[in-house]
Amino acid sequence: MREKILAFIEKNSRVDLKELAIMLGVEEIAVANEMAAMEEERIICGYHTLIDWEKTSIEKVNALIEVRVTPQRGRGFDSVAERVYNYPEVNAVYLISGGYDLLVTLEGKTLREVAQFVSDRLSTLDSVLSTKTNFILKKYKDHGTIIAKPLEDERMLVSL
Amino acid sequence: MRNPLSNRIVNIPFSGIRKFFDIAAEMTDVISLGVGEPDFDTPWHVRDEGIYSLEKGRTAYTSNAGLKELKMEIAKYLERKFQVFYNYDTEMMITVGGSEAIDIAMRAMLDPGDEVLIPQPSYVSYEPCAVLANGIPVIINLKEENEFRLTAQELEEAITPKTKLLVLPFPNNPTGAIMEKKDLEAIAEIVKKYDIFVLSDEIYAELTYLEGQEHVTIASLPGMRERTILINGFSKAYAMTGWRLGYACAPKIILEQMLKIHQYAIMCAPTTSQYAAVEAVRNGDKDVIEMREEYNRRRRYMMHRYQEMGLQCFEPFGAFYTFPSIQKFNMTSDEFATKMLQEEKVVVVPGTAFGTCGEGFLRISYAYSLESLKEALDRMERFIQKLDFK
Repeated sequence: MREKILAFIEKNSRVDLKELAIMLGVEEIAVANEMAAMEEERIICGYHTLIDWEKTSIEKVNALIEVRVTPQRGRGFDSVAERVYNYPEVNAVYLISGGYDLLVTLEGKTLREVAQFVSDRLSTLDSVLSTKTNFILKKYKDHGTIIAKPLEDERMLVSL
Repeated sequence: MRNPLSNRIVNIPFSGIRKFFDIAAEMTDVISLGVGEPDFDTPWHVRDEGIYSLEKGRTAYTSNAGLKELKMEIAKYLERKFQVFYNYDTEMMITVGGSEAIDIAMRAMLDPGDEVLIPQPSYVSYEPCAVLANGIPVIINLKEENEFRLTAQELEEAITPKTKLLVLPFPNNPTGAIMEKKDLEAIAEIVKKYDIFVLSDEIYAELTYLEGQEHVTIASLPGMRERTILINGFSKAYAMTGWRLGYACAPKIILEQMLKIHQYAIMCAPTTSQYAAVEAVRNGDKDVIEMREEYNRRRRYMMHRYQEMGLQCFEPFGAFYTFPSIQKFNMTSDEFATKMLQEEKVVVVPGTAFGTCGEGFLRISYAYSLESLKEALDRMERFIQKLDFK
């Protein structure tokens, strides 16, 4: 049942528990219990909202920063990752295979704010060898959702 | 001037939904549950293969029977899914939707006066196709008390010495009824006893919802392969209605004759669609499962809402339709559907569009997003409450 709950709420976390139970053909209490357990176990880590900030008056700048670091003895990359992800302006930190080590996604109000974070905070860390900052120019799709896609039903009103 | 028309054609009625379409098209804020096709787009990897085939300039005819590559994939699919074995070279052809397959199967098999048994409620094309093929349609009225399944007794009672062909339309549009293996076994006994043939329209085969039970094709039962024309296609399973692609599998002697009609009337199914379909049948299982699960969630939601609003409906386990009864409101299906469209702007299809025995029922589709379903069901509930007060 967990997989079925997760498959649904991954796309729509605002669903009413009673409705979800009906759709899965189980009791409401069973769904509620599973959800609580998965929150407890941190399988469900949050319920976020996907926002197209472009359509608002709020300015935001997003960057993907490729970071090469020296891993630390005994702790690998975890310690430097922790120092980075604790900054609230950092959205995500991933350990990456390939040409660099950490991919850091960052959100700032202005270009300058992002630049400052990279030069003052990130580059100055002892284990950071180099950074490469890529600014996001346009979001086409995020979290499996196509941002620009209009919700239109082009089918005929009636067909047999 | 002489009458330019054929009387036989003129006497075939138009389908029964034109009126609703015309009324609804004039209204704003209409919400429709009247559509007989998936709400999903064709999976992107399938569309991409279609585009790729165009880029490569694959724009010529294919062989009449269809792309070898596609037929081989379908043969493997039918074996893997339904345990039936067809020779892709001599027992299979690709058609323009399941619709073409129905038409040419009847034309290949019927002589004037041959009777075709058509269980109803069912899809609207069987009866006219039988007439166009010089056959005589004989209707079997399915019953709600049997969950709109065909019983051996109903079949046997309808058989005469002239009976040649039985149409088996399951999973069913419009009722959502399915036939389980035991139901099919009983039918197969009668079919063999009276030496008739079966046209099995299994276009909704991938959309069944009985826990732990997959669709069974009658062609897989002992002694039935040689008497069955199996029809399936890509429209419903892979959300590919507009690509117009189906297929028919049948014993060689029948298929050869079907292919002859296809060769002269159609030439070949659309080439782009055939290339896209190779990708669908080869790598589309995951898409089918995802769509089926989504339909199943909506199906449960619909049934729950019907129960809450006091609308009686047997639980359908196939396709993406529900077939609730409106008999208690003392209105015909047509009156009910018209009134609901006028008052609440919800489009549904009267059961009578699928045969006279559909009177007292509505076909309500759940090939819609949950949000649309909710809105439509809220309106229906309001409509029913108003009726109850009168």
